[in-house]
Amino acid sequence: MKQFFLASILAGALALPAVAADYTIIAPANPGGGWDQTARSIQSVMQAEGISGNVQVQNVPGAGGTIGLAQFASQSAGNANALIVGGYVMVGAILTNKSPVSLNDVTPIARLTGEYEAIVVPADSPLKSMGDLVEALKKDPGAVSWGGGSAGGTDHIAVGLIAKAAGVDPTKINYIAFSGGGEALAAILGSQVTAGISGYGEFESQIKAGTLRLLAMSSPERLPGIDAPTIKEGGLDVVVENWRMVAAAPGLTDEQKAAVSADIEKLAKSAGWQETLKTKGWTDTYLAGDAFKAQLAKDVSATEAVLKDIGLVQ
Amino acid sequence: MTTFDFLMQGMLVAAQPMNLFYALIGVTLGTAVGVLPGIGPALTVALLLPVTYRLDPGGSLIMFAGIYYGGMYGGSTTSILLNTPGESASIVTALEGNKMARKGRGGPALATAAIGSFVAGLIATLGLAFIAPFVVKLALVFGPREYFALMVLAFVTVSSAFGDSTLRGLTSLFIGFALAIIGIDQLTGQARMSFGIPDLLDGIEVTTLAVAMFAIGESLYIAAQGDQGPDKVEAVKGSVWMTGQDWARSWKAWLRGTAIGFPIGAMPAGGAEIGTFLSYAAEKRLSKHPEEFGHGAIEGVAGPEAANNASAAGTLVPLLTLGLPTTATAAIMLAGFQQYGLQPGPLLFATNPQLVWGLIASLLIANFMLLVLNLPLVGLWVKLLTIPKPWLYAGILLFATLGTIGANPSVFELGMLLAFGVLGYAMRIFGYPIAPVVVGLILGPLAEQQLRRALAISQGDVTVLFTSPVAAVLLVIAAAALIVPLILRARGRGQVLSQLAANED
Repeated sequence: MKQFFLASILAGALALPAVAADYTIIAPANPGGGWDQTARSIQSVMQAEGISGNVQVQNVPGAGGTIGLAQFASQSAGNANALIVGGYVMVGAILTNKSPVSLNDVTPIARLTGEYEAIVVPADSPLKSMGDLVEALKKDPGAVSWGGGSAGGTDHIAVGLIAKAAGVDPTKINYIAFSGGGEALAAILGSQVTAGISGYGEFESQIKAGTLRLLAMSSPERLPGIDAPTIKEGGLDVVVENWRMVAAAPGLTDEQKAAVSADIEKLAKSAGWQETLKTKGWTDTYLAGDAFKAQLAKDVSATEAVLKDIGLVQ
Repeated sequence: MTTFDFLMQGMLVAAQPMNLFYALIGVTLGTAVGVLPGIGPALTVALLLPVTYRLDPGGSLIMFAGIYYGGMYGGSTTSILLNTPGESASIVTALEGNKMARKGRGGPALATAAIGSFVAGLIATLGLAFIAPFVVKLALVFGPREYFALMVLAFVTVSSAFGDSTLRGLTSLFIGFALAIIGIDQLTGQARMSFGIPDLLDGIEVTTLAVAMFAIGESLYIAAQGDQGPDKVEAVKGSVWMTGQDWARSWKAWLRGTAIGFPIGAMPAGGAEIGTFLSYAAEKRLSKHPEEFGHGAIEGVAGPEAANNASAAGTLVPLLTLGLPTTATAAIMLAGFQQYGLQPGPLLFATNPQLVWGLIASLLIANFMLLVLNLPLVGLWVKLLTIPKPWLYAGILLFATLGTIGANPSVFELGMLLAFGVLGYAMRIFGYPIAPVVVGLILGPLAEQQLRRALAISQGDVTVLFTSPVAAVLLVIAAAALIVPLILRARGRGQVLSQLAANED
């Protein structure tokens, strides 16, 4: 019975809304994913750095984050203590799911981290360079199977952009969607697919061990510590960044917006956050204010165009 | 130093009194949260991981290992006693375990689950230590077509959970398939059968369906029977402990369950449930007492529970050797490792031997603690059944609801919980088996996705499905499992077989 008491106390703690929370962060994904980890990192750094005394993380999983976004937009309006974590994947998901709620319905505060896409092949693949891969793609788009994350996600969008830049019909690409980078990695290592595409972090340890060959990165210029050319160097004008951001509730006053922005800036500049970025292998791409707003608008229109090209959005 | 030296060194660290205490706390917390219907190991670990942050790396890893194994184990107790599986890997345990509990044999059922989990955890953890690199090579051979063949085999064997009527079993299975179609199609990102309702875009959560069908459905069924229900439960009949015969029937099932669960847990697209299905089917076929299946056969508890825990250790194989988190639980653990600068991957065993072996030693200690904690409690748990029914089932309803809210705070989810609960009640009344619905929801999408991936990679060439040696062998086994009983029946032994077919509910 002792365990049942313990269980009921824990369950009670779970089910009660956070009464004394300074911030409640919605992670619009299941525990374990990138957004969840971002939210939980913000939680621990905010508390450790004294930015906020009490931070709660709540998982509202589903549909590329659009479920959490919709719930956040409708239930938190005007609440300056509510935050949501999101990112580039959400931009695509809003379009493919025809979500009634978009990023215009919340108050984006700042971009925090980002990751570039890595294109890899198994170590024993005959393809030695990005040029080889593009040649193969041009010859027969269907014969090049790409393993990556969920359909319509960052990985899929990047493949669409590469095909388009190479002059290949994007609707002809043979993209094999896996439920996540992990399952895709197994298929790439087992040579089930021709090439793999996902965030660099998913492949890092395999690249270092020599079981995967890194062909190219989707960054604007070469990254320190990563020995590979950019896609751009190969003559294809493709830059894709899978960024993660934090947004506040809709309907905030300017003072409230400024206060939240100040707290997030304090977070991003703190030693604890920098330490977290290092251990997690995330790149600091902090961008706030009007610059972030402009970048966001650009990403939304570019994503919409490529999703139409691939045929995922009418 | 050799592997063995590293392991012994890790054991010495893990066996210090303070670390043993942390292990005990971890196992207790893990079991307690894992017992709640709807809260699976992933959420358990996510909730409790921050607790470990404040300790030194050694103590933290140990408590963490305890939480993980405790969370995996916790679901079986409510499965057996109350017919309400805490998570999808304990569904099969409920089939036989709850029948045993109703006959007053709840004690032996809990004991065989606890000892089976211990044996499986022990062997699988040692397997993780010594043969992980080989197992992972095997797992990588599995591409989409091999997984599809494995799913075909699982479908054939799953029929053993159908009960006495194949037609009713298939009906239940196809209800599961129908529910599985709902949501965003993984391969194209397009929504299917979601009727514009955003909450349906991610499909039906397996735990919600399982908790609703079993826990809510059971509660409604019991409530509808009123006071004079024929279903008189005897808390304890005979010994609370396992008899000599129980031991004799359990040990082989434990070993077989381990042998099935470990490699399937190690596969990137495996999953603990599939191992439990296959184990249950294997036990039913190999048992000397097949007539007892469906009425409380101890092998049907021993095998799947062992498979469940062995696959928990199996999950760590791709995580540690490839850096591949294959389940949500593993992804959270990856986050846990990263706080010590531990970057799982092919180089981990070479660059960080102390921590890896410390973790493996911790898992062994946690496994032992689980046994120490749970065996003495068996007598206490069984007393749960003596709680007056109105109180007991009110409690189950409360915990099922709390668990669902805890996992996903959404009114829609609660609505689905109730709706499926009513469906489960209706199916009980009309004699349709419950388990195949959940099985269909789990296996349906896996089979569909793997088949479509295989065909997409081959650009529509169907022959690839049979040309891989592994896939071909699996398909031949599946065909044999389907055809052999038909031949036996044709040779006049149908009488025996139909007697063997057990009634599930």
